[in-house]
Amino acid sequence: MSDQQLLRLDGVSMHYGVGATAVVALAGIDLTVDRGELVAIMGASGSGKSTLLTIAGGLTKPTGGEVIVDGRWLSELDPRQLAALRRRTLGFVFQDFNLVPALTALENVSLPLELDGWKSSRARRAARDALAVVDLADRASHYPDDLSGGQQQRVAIARAVVGGRSLILADEPTGALDSTTGELVLRMLRHRVDAGAGGILVTHDPRHAAWADRIVFLRDGRIVGSSESETVDALARP
Amino acid sequence: MVSIKNSLLALLCERPHYGYELRQEFESRTGSTWPLNIGQVYTTLDRLQRDRLVEASAGDAEGRKVWNITPTGRDVVAGWLARPITRPAPSRDELAMKLAIAASLDGVNLSAIIQTQREATARTLQDLTRTKAAGGDPAAPHELAWLLVVDSMIFQAEAEIRWLDHSEQRLSNAAVRQRATSWGPRAHGEAGAAQPTATIPRMGER
Repeated sequence: MSDQQLLRLDGVSMHYGVGATAVVALAGIDLTVDRGELVAIMGASGSGKSTLLTIAGGLTKPTGGEVIVDGRWLSELDPRQLAALRRRTLGFVFQDFNLVPALTALENVSLPLELDGWKSSRARRAARDALAVVDLADRASHYPDDLSGGQQQRVAIARAVVGGRSLILADEPTGALDSTTGELVLRMLRHRVDAGAGGILVTHDPRHAAWADRIVFLRDGRIVGSSESETVDALARP
Repeated sequence: MVSIKNSLLALLCERPHYGYELRQEFESRTGSTWPLNIGQVYTTLDRLQRDRLVEASAGDAEGRKVWNITPTGRDVVAGWLARPITRPAPSRDELAMKLAIAASLDGVNLSAIIQTQREATARTLQDLTRTKAAGGDPAAPHELAWLLVVDSMIFQAEAEIRWLDHSEQRLSNAAVRQRATSWGPRAHGEAGAAQPTATIPRMGER
C-alpha cells in the first residue's frame, strides 16, 4: 500500500442473514482512495452505497474482505484502537449535518479533538482554523440553530477535517440543501480534498457526483463501472 | 442562426458597437462556448441592416462602421426576451433511437449499453464540473454569464444520466413482468441479459 493510499477495500462483502433468505448488500468490492482524490459512489437505493461507506468508516464490520485505512488493517484493531482511528483519521459528513445543538460551531468542531485528549485551548485553535477554511470564522460562536443549512454543513466539513483528519466520508451531504448551496458545499469538499485529504462522496445525484475525480457505479452490491475525468490534474489542482 | 441574430441585437441595445467588438462581447458573455467567426458577425449584421433592425454609421478613417440598433430592432429584442424559446420538433436523438432499436433485438445486453453510455456521459459531466471548479469566483459578474452557460450543459448531461437510470428501471420492470406472465419454470438470469424482447414505448416522442 503506497503512502498516497488512504483507503483500500479488498474484496469487501456484506451479507445479512443466511441460507435462502440471505441478502447480499455488497459482493467483493475492490476500491482505493488516494490522498487528493475524491471518489463518488453512485447507485440506486439498495445498491449498497451507504453500506460501503459505513464499512469504509469502520462503523460496520464486513462479513468478508479487508478494509485498510491509512495503512491500518481494521480487522486487526480492537474496539478502542478502532475508535481512536475513527477520531484521528476519519471525518463523517451526513445529510442531516449531525451537529450537537447545545454546542457552538466552534465547540462542535473542537469536540472530536478534545475527546481525543487534546488540550482545550489547542483544540479550539485548530477548530478556529478549520472554520476559517470553510469561510465561517465569523460564525464560530453561533449555535447550529442560528446557522443556515449550508453553513451547518460547512461546520460539519470543518469537523470532518479538523486536526489533520484525512479521510472524509460523506453520505448525501447536499441532500438537505438547495441546489446552489449544495454546490458551495461541494466546492468546499473539493478544496479540502485538493489540499491533501481523500474522500468518498455517496450520492444519487449525478451533478454532485461529477465533483469527484472518479465516479464508481454500484448495482446490487457490485461495482458495474466507473468514470474518471482525464483532465482532473490539469484543472482541479492549481 | 436566429439565436445569434437576437444575441447581437440584444448587445446593441446597450450601446453602439463595432463588428469586432460585438464578436468579443458575445464570446465573453457566453463563456466562449460558441466561438463566432468575424465573417458570421458581418453577414448577420448585413441581414439585420437589410431588415431595418440596425443602422450602420459611415465608416471611420479606417473604414470601420459603428452599428446602432433601430426602434424596430429594440422591439425584436424585447419580444425575444419575453417569449419562451420553443424548440423545433424533437430531434432524431441517436441515443434514444439506439436504445429503442436495441430493446427490440434478440440477445442484446441492454444493461451494458446503458452502463457504457452512463460512464461516457458521466465523464462529460465531470469535465464540465472541473471546468466550472477551475473558474474564478462564482459571484463575480463576468463569471456569472459563463456559469449560466456551463450549468446549462451540466444540467443537460445530468438529464441524460437520469433518463438512462429511468430507462434501465423501466426495462428491468418489463423483464420482471415478462417473467411473471410466461408459462413454466424459468431460469433466473441476470436482469440485464434476460429481457431481449422488452419494449420501450414511444421513445421517439420524448
